[in-house]
Amino acid sequence: MIKFTNVFKAFPKGGLALKDVSFHIAKGEFVFLTGHSGAGKSTVLKLVYAEEPATSGEVRVSGFNLAEARRKDIPRLRRRLGIVFQDFRLLEDRSAEENVAFALEVTGARRASIPARVMRVLTQVGLAAKAQAYPRELSGGEQQRVAIARALVNEPTVLLADEPTGNLDERATRGVFQLLRDINASGTAVVMATHDLDLVRQAPYRVIELQEGALVFDSAVDERRDEAASP
Amino acid sequence: MNLVFREALLAFRRAPLLSALSVTTIAFSLFVVGLFGLVAVNLQQALRDVAERVEIVAYLLPGAPIETVTLAQKDIEAFPEVQAAAFVSEDQALQRARTELVEFRDVLQELERNPLPASIEVKLKPRFRDAEHVNDVAERLRGFGFVDDVRFGRDWVEKLDRLRQIAAAVGLVVGAAFAAVAIIIIGTTIRMAVLQRSREIAIMRLVGATDGFVRRPFLLQGAFKGMLGGLVAVGLSYGAYALINRWLIHAAFFSREQAVAIVGFGMLIGFVGSAASVGRHLRRV
Repeated sequence: MIKFTNVFKAFPKGGLALKDVSFHIAKGEFVFLTGHSGAGKSTVLKLVYAEEPATSGEVRVSGFNLAEARRKDIPRLRRRLGIVFQDFRLLEDRSAEENVAFALEVTGARRASIPARVMRVLTQVGLAAKAQAYPRELSGGEQQRVAIARALVNEPTVLLADEPTGNLDERATRGVFQLLRDINASGTAVVMATHDLDLVRQAPYRVIELQEGALVFDSAVDERRDEAASP
Repeated sequence: MNLVFREALLAFRRAPLLSALSVTTIAFSLFVVGLFGLVAVNLQQALRDVAERVEIVAYLLPGAPIETVTLAQKDIEAFPEVQAAAFVSEDQALQRARTELVEFRDVLQELERNPLPASIEVKLKPRFRDAEHVNDVAERLRGFGFVDDVRFGRDWVEKLDRLRQIAAAVGLVVGAAFAAVAIIIIGTTIRMAVLQRSREIAIMRLVGATDGFVRRPFLLQGAFKGMLGGLVAVGLSYGAYALINRWLIHAAFFSREQAVAIVGFGMLIGFVGSAASVGRHLRRV
């Protein structure tokens, strides 16, 4: 569903951000994207949601070949993705439910269907009781839940999370991580960029590690190779 | 569409200060244009009033048969340039001289013989009151056999022409400069409104809004702010006009069409400015 083939990414002033990266993420998978700051985790995600084009190589996401996709195709791609950031990116002057509804409104969803869909995802993330609260009235963990609800409301096939727990304390981190696991359990693929290795060790999910823009470890590939080599 | 309206109105509610600032900026920019417009309108009016006096007088030879003259008068009235042609007999001319030239009343009273010739006074239609057409008509009048002399104050008509050209050139250049300044100021204000909401635009695009969806509320808002600004500008211009009219000189105000044009200009700048600003912003992100 997400397929990188020999992807390079160079920024005009930042040098090479990705070097020959190839991987394939299947439907319904949970994948950790790890590495130090600046290793290229965010760049991989930006390429997936077509914020940046690859310099060379092929990026395919949910049926789109992004090298061929035109600007007007991008909104259609993004509606199939849910995106969550470290800094939440909520609109401060809208309540939690308005923030979530916003994602439906911009995609032209039927007005009448919006309130029920919003309440359903807010319930799913455990924030139904605070639907009318504004972001400043919510804790970091709660704000991130609103952001996750907004990402989920369009029923994406993949949830991309860029350091979703980076700004959260340990308790909130556990809560948000558990929420992402639940979302994954119900069939949505999750790609989570993180440098929190404790979190990575907690769960038996696939790990892709980047170092200075190069893919240095992919548990799906390396473990298979280890198994093949061991007997 | 409903949503577009709501988003556009929401922007006024969420950023009332910036919205008020944009409207005020647009209003004052257009007010300056409007003031200049008022000057232009009044200058035009003054020139028209002066041009009203452009007249060609054909003096007739003594004893020209009245039937011929009446027929010629009809011909002259049929010239495409001519608005009216009036016959003034010798007696009427003397009568007029007596009332108008008070200083010479005594002289005129004592005359044994009327020295004044009969004449045909020709008035041209407003758009033909320039040196070229006046000359042209005068030339044709000279062609009539019973016409002795044709007078029209050549110097004066030429000066009027020159004045009109200068007024038009100054109006065009200064008006264009004012309009350009207004466009730049208004464009900057709108750009601020776009930048203020850049975070929101980024989030909209992230959740899959199309460029058109992002753009539409801005266009609507821009046009609306431009319209409001235009209305305020016309109001301010009217205030200025009322003051001038009351305390300084009798002046003219915009016609209804001109006032509507100012508001329309504001709307257009608001719309085009927003389109340009949002377009530029979207191309960059």
